Amino acid sequence: MTEPPGLLGVVVAHSGVAQALVDAAEEITGVRDALVAVSNTDCDRVALEGRVVAAMRGEPAIIFVDLPSGSCFQATLHHLHDRETAVVVTGVNLAMLLDFLFHRQADPRSAMQRAAEVGTKAIRPCPSS
Amino acid sequence: MSILLSRIDDRLIHGQVVVGWGGPLRIRRFILVDDEVRASGWEQELYRTTVPPDVVVEFASVEEARAELRRWNDDATPSMLIVGAIETVAALLQGQDDLSLLPTVNLGGVHAGPGRARLLRYLFLSDEERSVLDALAEQGVRIEAQDLPGSRPIPWGELS
Repeated sequence: MTEPPGLLGVVVAHSGVAQALVDAAEEITGVRDALVAVSNTDCDRVALEGRVVAAMRGEPAIIFVDLPSGSCFQATLHHLHDRETAVVVTGVNLAMLLDFLFHRQADPRSAMQRAAEVGTKAIRPCPSS
Repeated sequence: MSILLSRIDDRLIHGQVVVGWGGPLRIRRFILVDDEVRASGWEQELYRTTVPPDVVVEFASVEEARAELRRWNDDATPSMLIVGAIETVAALLQGQDDLSLLPTVNLGGVHAGPGRARLLRYLFLSDEERSVLDALAEQGVRIEAQDLPGSRPIPWGELS
């Protein structure tokens, strides 16, 4: 039996960061078409919001943003204001994307919490003391 | 003169503005002049998240800003004024006796759009926008294109 496709992941980041993260996640997991990259390069805030909207395809989504402020964050939240079809996690890293690709059946809020936890746990000082 | 930079940037307050310019200029107050944002409390909260907690953000409509330009310049807080459109600068200076209230207008980010042509990587202008800038320059407003402090400021005369 085939599983339903699950949540879509949209990675919104400065310059080429989003595409690089998506490429790396797909290369490691072999899971394709579950993540979409959005760059803020060469566009104003209205156009960037349009890119985010197009990337979401009207599907339930989790949006991974690089910084908790700035143009990518603002464009994403501007679109999501008063909408409940998507959730946002900032500080995107590869660890949270890899985990997300294997846990896409969760509801958006659970996926958001999980991504934040996994992404945070991946940040470790080495050596730790 | 405490408005240290007047910037036209269609992304308004974002990383390049706060980190790129705000740090080197030691900006303590960002003044965002935009009628739409002025009317929206939640959008103002969104832009407040962009700046460090000890830096002030003031929001003003164009009309409010016209009346406040003198006060912003007279107090000692190092400030940066940001607008999203070239027409807004023209509206701010219309009828002002003292054009030095905005000593230099920085073209920092005007991106591609209908009817606009590329002048620089971060600067796309329509014929109408070029005419507005020409008129401001003729009035004596100093206009420079410069995305970040480390790049060369390009006088409007080299682009027009």
